[in-house]
Amino acid sequence: MCNQTVCLVAAELERQGISTVVIQLLRNVAGKVRPPRALFVPFKHGYPLDTPGDAGRQMAVLEAALRLLEDPAPTPPVLRDYTP
Amino acid sequence: MGDMSEFSFTVRMFLAAYPWRRIDPVPWTPLRKPLSQCRLALVSSAGFVMPDQPHFDESIRGGDPSFREIPSKTDPRTLVETHRSESFDHTGLQRDPNVAFPIERVQELAATSRIGSVNHRHLSCMGSITAVGRLVRDTAPPAARLLVEDGVDAAILVPV
Repeated sequence: MCNQTVCLVAAELERQGISTVVIQLLRNVAGKVRPPRALFVPFKHGYPLDTPGDAGRQMAVLEAALRLLEDPAPTPPVLRDYTP
Repeated sequence: MGDMSEFSFTVRMFLAAYPWRRIDPVPWTPLRKPLSQCRLALVSSAGFVMPDQPHFDESIRGGDPSFREIPSKTDPRTLVETHRSESFDHTGLQRDPNVAFPIERVQELAATSRIGSVNHRHLSCMGSITAVGRLVRDTAPPAARLLVEDGVDAAILVPV
């Protein structure tokens, strides 16, 4: 349910003028709920930013999320895969 | 890989029948300036609270839709993880909350000027919400307004 919850909060933020990107752990949920920008990560539930204690791996996921935010031309909703 | 196979048969059946809330139309706010000039906030649905904040209420049918404000200077190791779901391994985020609430990582992004600044507060919620009406109607709009009032330009939202 977590995946849906952050998607719905992201939609409200976007309605109020804040750009968002959501991390998603379930591709099919992102496809059904349709957040504006989603980065699908291939990690287990409980590990959305990869490895605990590994700042480099966590930062790599965040960098991919930031690049999605910066992309000027996608058509919403955008679902992009993260490749570690 | 995060997929349905991680869950019990009962949970998989529930999720297969669950009426997911479709966002339609999809709202869209493009970045208005370079990230190096943007103020960023986090929203985590891992159920983290400060030690002096009330835990999310597990007795609320359909899930607790409330939010907690988390100061961005918080040491993430002081956060208390209260996520009610038994469907995932909690040990990783208890060992390093950054894995679901990357408070220290975004400070590092600001230190290197990848982003302009980190907002003075982030938001925490309980992701395990099955009845989303109260979230969509009652609690998400004022939570979003807090970040608007702070001048936040962009947000990263992290589930568990």
